[in-house]
Amino acid sequence: MISDAKLAALATLLQSSELTGLIITLLAYTLAVALFKRSGANPIVNPVIVSVIIIISVLLVTGISYEQYFVGGKLVHFLLGPAVVALAIPLYQQIHRIKSLLLPITITLMCSIFIGAFSAIYLVQWLGGSELTQLSIAPKSTTTPVAMGIADNLGGIVSLAAGLAAMTGVIGAIFGTKVFSLVGVKDDSVKGVAMGLTSHGIGTARAFQVSPTMGAFSGLAMALTACVTAILLPLILAFFNFI
Amino acid sequence: MKFILGFAMLLAYQLLGEVLVILFELPVSGPVIGLLLLLATLIIRGRVGESLTTSSTHLLSHLSLMFIPAGVGLMTHYQLLTSEWLAISVALVVGTLLMLASCALIMQFLLKRFQAEAFDDQ
Repeated sequence: MISDAKLAALATLLQSSELTGLIITLLAYTLAVALFKRSGANPIVNPVIVSVIIIISVLLVTGISYEQYFVGGKLVHFLLGPAVVALAIPLYQQIHRIKSLLLPITITLMCSIFIGAFSAIYLVQWLGGSELTQLSIAPKSTTTPVAMGIADNLGGIVSLAAGLAAMTGVIGAIFGTKVFSLVGVKDDSVKGVAMGLTSHGIGTARAFQVSPTMGAFSGLAMALTACVTAILLPLILAFFNFI
Repeated sequence: MKFILGFAMLLAYQLLGEVLVILFELPVSGPVIGLLLLLATLIIRGRVGESLTTSSTHLLSHLSLMFIPAGVGLMTHYQLLTSEWLAISVALVVGTLLMLASCALIMQFLLKRFQAEAFDDQ
């Protein structure tokens, strides 16, 4: 016989155990990757966005809060750190190609910081979005952990910045190759740089599906963006009296 | 075992990065500094060991997985997202497409310029 006390203890365990969040994340990802492969690697069926939709639906149905979910989710989130460090390896393997392109990449990066932050800030402002949203969307093109740090620096909402950065990555992963063929860019190294500057890690994951060259350049651009944006964006926004 | 050793090395570089961030009050995240340190090490050493190759290949092939928990965090801003959905989605989509196109065109233009110059020098 199961007593009410036991049932309550069981419900607490299932809702707030790290196992629950971990299992939900891994299963949702497995399902999303299977759907992605089924679709013939159609970038619209992006594994990140599909997983996020599945997980949010599961949490809403079961009544598990985000905080309870993240007890397990943070074990996966933790791997983002070593994965970012691991980007050094494909970068190193492409180093001979990257060296000759460092100056054009750096100039493009400088332009991209202005284009990325100001297009997002002004569009939000123009369409009546709050200042808090503007500050949270400004670092959208840096990798998620860095975007969180910058938003915190600027006075935006940290977890909103994380979500918006992830969305930016997904949008780039979905539309990147189409945009590149539309503007007539064919070189994989150019595509990789634009992808990494715009859509950081999620774009880089997509770039590796296209070719190792595009992936390596995307990884390099992402790493440079993360460093340079973290330093320059707060200074630029302060200079233009945003913060 | 190769994966474990490589993974430990990646974590060690991340830790080193995080230590430097605190020591020098760097405005960059620990993993990014770790990436740059590891890259510098590989350049000096001149090769990548088998363990690092193994663990980085495995980790990077599931890079998408690691963005999921942060992405799910969007659900905590349901109210803000519903009241500002238009501004946010237009800014995200238009801003991102604009940036993809302009970065690709700028980079392509510069690449042609620089390669032409390098060619002239020869």
